[in-house]
Amino acid sequence: MIGLSHYLIVSALIFSIGLVGVLRRRNLLMLFFATEVMLNAVNIAFAAISHYYNDLTGQMFAFFVIAIAASEVAVGLGILIVLYKKHGSLDLDDLANMRG
Amino acid sequence: MYEIVAFYLFSALTIGLFLVTVMSKNVLYAMTSLAAGMVLISGFFFILGADFLGVVQLIVYVGAIMALYSFAMMFFDATRDIKEKNTSNGLVFLLGGLSALVLVLMFAAPIHSEAIAAAALYPMHEGVGNAQDVGIVLFTKYLIPFEVAAVMLLVAMIAGIILAGKKMDTSLTEDMTADDEILVVKDEK
Repeated sequence: MIGLSHYLIVSALIFSIGLVGVLRRRNLLMLFFATEVMLNAVNIAFAAISHYYNDLTGQMFAFFVIAIAASEVAVGLGILIVLYKKHGSLDLDDLANMRG
Repeated sequence: MYEIVAFYLFSALTIGLFLVTVMSKNVLYAMTSLAAGMVLISGFFFILGADFLGVVQLIVYVGAIMALYSFAMMFFDATRDIKEKNTSNGLVFLLGGLSALVLVLMFAAPIHSEAIAAAALYPMHEGVGNAQDVGIVLFTKYLIPFEVAAVMLLVAMIAGIILAGKKMDTSLTEDMTADDEILVVKDEK
């Protein structure tokens, strides 16, 4: 039988995949993708806990996480477009212009 | 039985697709596998009985966010492979593996939670649909966060329009001389 731990472990694995992506990626668009992976992993954990404790609070938090992810993508993609217009690339190494 | 098969199928496919997202050099592959993984995550929600959350996941993530990403990729050069300078891959995989190990060990530990289970703050009701339950809680207990989220989405929309909307008439991917050549050809005709 599938218990709460199964879902939490899957969620932890997906979160770690997103963490590896955030750590090793140099392209800003790919960093955004990795962030989405991490947010989705947290949503799985929320929904699983909500189901196994018979409590709706987890689902509520998952809704707000989705809303925050949507607004993050809207603002972030606008910033990415501005950066691409200015620098011609989305690589983090090209954007390091505050080095003293 | 059905739940077990669905769970293992979805989890294997989701982890594989997200690995493709994180490791792929091509933006199109990464985005497509991310969208597919999100569809499968909505499958998790349907298994868990959170029907409304699954539908919202499909509409918002797969419908809106992926459309936004694919729209934004029209601005960037998506067909070219990304060249990245990965300095310390071993360290990254070590850290990621260690954090995965720690999280899995934490979550694999047995949960003694009778006290939590007894005190469900907003319990689900038998015989009432999930969407109805969610709606009642969302519009009573979580009304103010809901309204704040609406304002936040409005602010995000305005910010996105202002950031991306400047100089929309100039092309980013083609150089301006190509446009000039087209104009010259038109003038000659």
